Amino acid sequence: MEKLSFEYPASDEKPKRAHVGVVGSGDLEILLEPSQDAKAHVTVQTSVSGFAETWKAVLDRFFANYQGATIFDIRDCGATPGTVAMRLQQAVEVSRQ
Amino acid sequence: MTTTVQLSEDVLALSTRRSYIEMNARARAAQLLDAGAFRELLGPFDRVESPWLPMQGIVPQWDDGCVVAKGTIDGVPAVAIALEGKFQGGSIGEVCGMKMAIALALARQDCERGIPTRAVLSLESGGVRLQEANIGELVIAEIYAELIALRKYVPVIVVIAGMTGCFGGMSLAAGLASYVVMTRQARLSMNGPEVIEQEAGIEELDARDRPLIWSICGGAQRHATGLADMLVEDDVAEIAHAVRTLFKRGQPARLRSDAHDLYIERLGRLDPAQEWTADQIRAVCKEQMP
Repeated sequence: MEKLSFEYPASDEKPKRAHVGVVGSGDLEILLEPSQDAKAHVTVQTSVSGFAETWKAVLDRFFANYQGATIFDIRDCGATPGTVAMRLQQAVEVSRQ
Repeated sequence: MTTTVQLSEDVLALSTRRSYIEMNARARAAQLLDAGAFRELLGPFDRVESPWLPMQGIVPQWDDGCVVAKGTIDGVPAVAIALEGKFQGGSIGEVCGMKMAIALALARQDCERGIPTRAVLSLESGGVRLQEANIGELVIAEIYAELIALRKYVPVIVVIAGMTGCFGGMSLAAGLASYVVMTRQARLSMNGPEVIEQEAGIEELDARDRPLIWSICGGAQRHATGLADMLVEDDVAEIAHAVRTLFKRGQPARLRSDAHDLYIERLGRLDPAQEWTADQIRAVCKEQMP
């Protein structure tokens, strides 16, 4: 198991909170909540160690298009980068409903 | 030329059906309660999770795999408890088990105060969480005690839909329920097939033989042998309707757990040295039942 954290600049858009996914094989759980500052904070707790670079690449790409001031709490159970990207999109969609 | 396509009733049923099995625990709990009445207690944002899993290098989940929601069923106050079979096999750890036990206790306290509160449990569980062994067993004992206390006031209904199934400690919880609703895809058994294969050898039971496994502990067999009260399709509306029908029926004539003499007699008729087919077991049960 490994814990990672990332930070990205954000606008002052404060999204509503959202919860998606499950900590099941090949999947992940995401809690999305508004942050107090103009930043996006991401913490990842993953069952698979040694993929910090891959996480950074997936998150860099996601935050290139998303500027919400948010806290993303991610619990991962071996999801592929594709699944992670889709769950991130889903969390944002739910937060806008 | 125009052609009219005639769809068979089976095909039409499939296209209008909404799968309950494909829903996660939260969506299931919401579907069991009246529309719009869902209010989750200790949800993921409350961040009450297992303290024991991370110590063992396992990623926990924010709701510990158990969704507890208050609401109504046909306008009557109700609590829905749903286990998430995809997180750690729906296993019962300290937090998840205590959420169940306390929810049942609160429902019982409401009943004692003259507010009948129904309880419906959607169980998908491999049993106790081995990483939290003793604490898990203790909370399962609490769940049993609360189930027995609550079912005196209101029927307690267990829904087993699949695909995880209901095994170990939670299979006994199903045995304590007033009514059990199952789908064909669901399984209900004390020991899961993998455990039996591991302990007794593949000659005893091949856990990969799916037709065999389902003929032993699948929903259709459990219903035919009286261990489940209703057999339903994997359909949200049908499952919600079954639950409401059973609550309307009120208390069962005899609780399954009070019928131990019946089951002891049944075991006496089944010689373990002989190999029994599903149909033979059904025949013995039918013969024995009044």
